[in-house]
This record gives sequence, structure tokens and C-alpha cells, in this order.
Amino acid sequence: MKEFIAFVKKEFLHIFRDVRTLLILIGMPVVLIMLFGFAISVEIRNVNVGILAPQHEVLIDRLANKIDASEYFTVAKWLTSDQEIDPLMKQGKVDVVLAFDNRFASRLYTKDGAQLGILVDASNPNIAASEAMYLMGIVQNYFQNNTQQQIKTGGLSTNVRMLYNPQLRSSYNFVPGIMGLILIIICALMTSVSIVREKETGTMEVLLVSPIKPIVIVFAKMIPYFVISCVVLLIIFVLSFTLLHVPMAGSLFWIVIISMLYVILALSIGLFISTIVDSQMVAALITAVVFMLPVLMLSGMLFPLESMPKFFQWISSIVPARWFIAAIRKLMIEGLAVQYVLKELAILAGMTLIILGVALKKFNDRLE
Amino acid sequence: MENVIEVQNLVKKFGNFTAVDNISFEVHKGEIFGFLGANGAGKTTAMRMLCGLSYPTSGSGIVAGFDIRTQAEQVKRQIGYMSQRFSLYEDLTVLDNIELFGGIYGVSKREIAERSEQLLEKLQFTSEKNKRVKDLPQGWKQKLAFSVAVFHRPQIVFLDEPTGGVDPTTRRQFWEMILETAHNGITVFVTTHYMDEAEYCHRVSMMVDGHIEALDSPQNLKLKYHAASMGEVFDLIARGAKRSD
Repeated sequence: MKEFIAFVKKEFLHIFRDVRTLLILIGMPVVLIMLFGFAISVEIRNVNVGILAPQHEVLIDRLANKIDASEYFTVAKWLTSDQEIDPLMKQGKVDVVLAFDNRFASRLYTKDGAQLGILVDASNPNIAASEAMYLMGIVQNYFQNNTQQQIKTGGLSTNVRMLYNPQLRSSYNFVPGIMGLILIIICALMTSVSIVREKETGTMEVLLVSPIKPIVIVFAKMIPYFVISCVVLLIIFVLSFTLLHVPMAGSLFWIVIISMLYVILALSIGLFISTIVDSQMVAALITAVVFMLPVLMLSGMLFPLESMPKFFQWISSIVPARWFIAAIRKLMIEGLAVQYVLKELAILAGMTLIILGVALKKFNDRLE
Repeated sequence: MENVIEVQNLVKKFGNFTAVDNISFEVHKGEIFGFLGANGAGKTTAMRMLCGLSYPTSGSGIVAGFDIRTQAEQVKRQIGYMSQRFSLYEDLTVLDNIELFGGIYGVSKREIAERSEQLLEKLQFTSEKNKRVKDLPQGWKQKLAFSVAVFHRPQIVFLDEPTGGVDPTTRRQFWEMILETAHNGITVFVTTHYMDEAEYCHRVSMMVDGHIEALDSPQNLKLKYHAASMGEVFDLIARGAKRSD
């Protein structure tokens, strides 16, 4: 036991003496969460709407309230003539203007119908398109619910379907994916590189000649990365709860249990890689290509699995991150009970047993 | 004379290849035993078996009173080891390394503190104790690695080509340390490429193709082969070798 503690202490020293790597490990989740949460956000937020209405009408007032109540839009200005639009938009006071016809409400019931224009500041084309679509959705919805008669809204109706495209996914859908990725990097990559480094420098030989058991060496190596993973998980949880407003709807206990299981799985992968290669470079490459790339591409983190060809769907089912991400999504975002993730839990546990078993066997075989 | 290593008919086969072919020898307590041979002669394999790293195909070996077949764990506690590749942790400090290896061999905290103080003083490293090992000159690293290998006061220390890639001055200083260690009762089992170093050994064995071809003191070997130096002795013996790199 004393030997074990001396060894674990040494592993922590390695990590703390290499401050840069430690900072990268801790900083990476923060940066990734910020990136996916804000910078790469496909959502629109806080769009200022101007309403151009020649006269106040009840119908328009109620629509304006509805727009204001949505989380994306704020009614910032009331306008009475189209000359006001240009300066307001240039100053950035409004991003979108909803322009109503003269005597809009009464015109609705005439044969020609009423005209409603949506003017968008299209300096950022992607956002502009979403803004127009969201706003149209609200308008459409309003008229369907509030008037009995069929109403023409000036040829805009053709675009409405696009509102329900997959781009509407919330930014916090990325959180489980980020967890899946970061834990592979910390556990699998760092563990395999750190074990192989000892082979490369020759210190592994000295350790094997010492009375300390090989299995103890391996577990002592895993402990610091396990601790770092827990810290990183905590950071991710706090950030996603406070900044991204991830619901954290399910049981936190099971979220933690599944994360721990995945951490152990990733550590086993690291150990496994370290038993089949002899240089740090190869270890890093194998982890990156065989384990990290599938996390990005085949786990459902970036691209929905359902829209992949069957072949890739099959391949994805051997990617551990796929099951982890699915389980965490269900627990964390959808708030389902643990009964709904039993399949994922069983698959992850099975994978852990197999990989850890093979890795330990290979590790012992290598010594002979 | 007391023996700390006794090897009888030791064989190690890898498939059809017999790396170590039926070797037998003894090493006496407190002597410097030179284990020589060309590359591929089987020295490293034999040494790995003695250190409990590799299991013999047949034959027996007693190291420090324990059987290498059944008591590898106990054997490991009684020996120290330093390999040809520099084998301390470069990103840890001098003191960290001493504490780590002391801890691995179960030396108590108080003992570690006491002995490391003495050691640092003797090596005149006290001012460098918090320096990282990678910042030390090569010769210092080598001395430190050797000191760490005998820090837990083993009965035997195995040195696998300890002076590879070191300049002659450092080599001489290093051998002074080895001589002193042997003087203090620790048996030294050393492999080397440098035949001038073989002269420092009390007894020398020469391995060729998995066999031990000769085993005696350097004086006797030179007499027997009518050679002026150990280098010549080695050339004469190794002439018949079939395996080499």
C-alpha cells in the first residue's frame, strides 16, 4: 500500500510539473462549451423587431405582444412610416421590421387580402434567414389561431415549412458530445501516452524489476486521470447548468454513474492502446484516428445518426461514445428516468468489461 | 565463500531459438562480476531471468537466497537495477526520484529522509536537490541513477551496460562508485561492452552463442589465453561465435 501511494504521488507529480498540459486539459472543456454554446450557436437570440403600422389596430397590438413574448424577439420600436426604417436599421436599433398595410385588419377580409412585409437586416445572411423564418412562424401561427377565415399573407406562406428544419436544435444538445470527446482525450489519450512514455524512456524496465506489481503500476497511472476527469466533469456540469441552461432534468446520480462508467471505459481503452504500441507518437495517432474521430463523426454528436447510411449506423454501434452520448442526452436534456437508458448502460458496461479484460491480458502477456 | 547467485543448467528458449543454452555459474558475495559477451550472445536474456523479469524454460537459479522460478517477488526486493538507458524520471526533481524509488522498495519515510540527505551530501548534490533531473549534466544523471539503484541497500545490484554513451572521465568516476559499493558488501553484477572495464571486475564470464565459454578472474584469463588485455581475450573467445548482429 505504501508503495502504491508513492507511485500515485509520482503520477500526480508528472501531471503537476507539466502545467501546460494540465491547463489544456482543464481549459479545453471550458473553451469547447463556450464555442459550441455561444460562438457556433445556430440559434438566434434577442432580435430587435420594429413594427411599422400606419395606425394602431387591436389585431396588430396583439401580434406584437405575442412576438415580444417569444424568447427570440423583442419589440423595440413602433414606426409609422417607411422612411424611419433605414436609419434605425443602420444604427442597429432594429434587426427586423414587420411592415403592415394601411388599414390592415379590415383589408384582411377583402378579396385582395392584406400585405405584410418582413424586412430583415441581411448583413449576416445565415442569421437573417433564420430570423425571417422564425418571425413568419409566429405570424402564421397567430393568424391561424385568431381568425376563422383563410388569410393570405402576401406569398410568404411558401417558406413556412422550412421552419422545422433540424438547424433548430438547441446549443446544449452539444454538451453530451463534448463530454464524450473530452473524456476520451483525457483518459484514453493521456493514459496511453503516459504508459508508453515509460516504455520509451526505459523507466518501465526499472519499474518492472522493482517489487511493485505490474497491475499496481497500471492502476496508479489511471488514478490521476480519473481525478482530473471528475474535475472536468464538474466543470462541464457547472458551465452547462449556469451558462447554457441545460435542464439537468434527470437524476444527477445516474448522470454521474454513467459518466464514471464511461471514464473507466476510456481508461481501459488507453491501457489497451498502450499494450499494442511502443511509441508515444503512435499511441497518440491511434487514439486520435481510431477513437476520437468516430466520437466526432459517428456518435451523433455533430451529425444525426438517423440520417446516415445503414453501413455507418452499424459502425457507429461499436463507438462507445455513441451510447454514452445517447444515455446522457436522455438523462440530462430529456429528463428521462434511468429505465430508459438501461440498454446504453448495459452496452457501456459490457464494452468496459471486454476492453479492460483484453487490455489486462495483453499487458500481462507482454511482460513474459 | 558465500554465494549470492547460484545458477544451474539455466535454459531459455523462444520458440525454436535457444537464447540461453544451459548455463551454470556462481557469484560470490561482495564481488564485482563482469558478465560479458557480444550482442545477441544471450546476456540480457540471462540477466532478465535473474531479475525475475523472465521465466526460465528449464534449469534453476537462486538469487539472494530466493528461487527465481517461484519467488520472483522476493528476489525483486533484494536487488537493485540500472539499465543502459538512463532510467530516472527526467521531469521529476532529484529528490522526487529518490523518494519515489525509496517508496517503491518500501523504505520508510524517516529512512528516506535520512539516507537522501547523506547521499546528496556525498554526491555534492545538496544544492541541486530541487532541480529537475533533465537539467543535470549526463555524468551526474548516471551517478544519480546508480545511487538510486542501491538506495534501498539491495544485496545485489544489476547494471546493464551502465556506462554506455558516457565520456571516459565519467566512466572512471562511475567505476569508483561501483568499487566502493562492492567494498560495502553489495554484490555487483555488471554487463559491459568496454573491455577495459572488465579489468575492474573480480571475475568475468564470457558468453558466446548462449553458452558461457570462459569464467575466471581477468588475470587468469589473460594467462590462459596468452593475451595482454581483456580485449584480446574476448576476441579469441568470440572468434567462434555464430550469432552476432
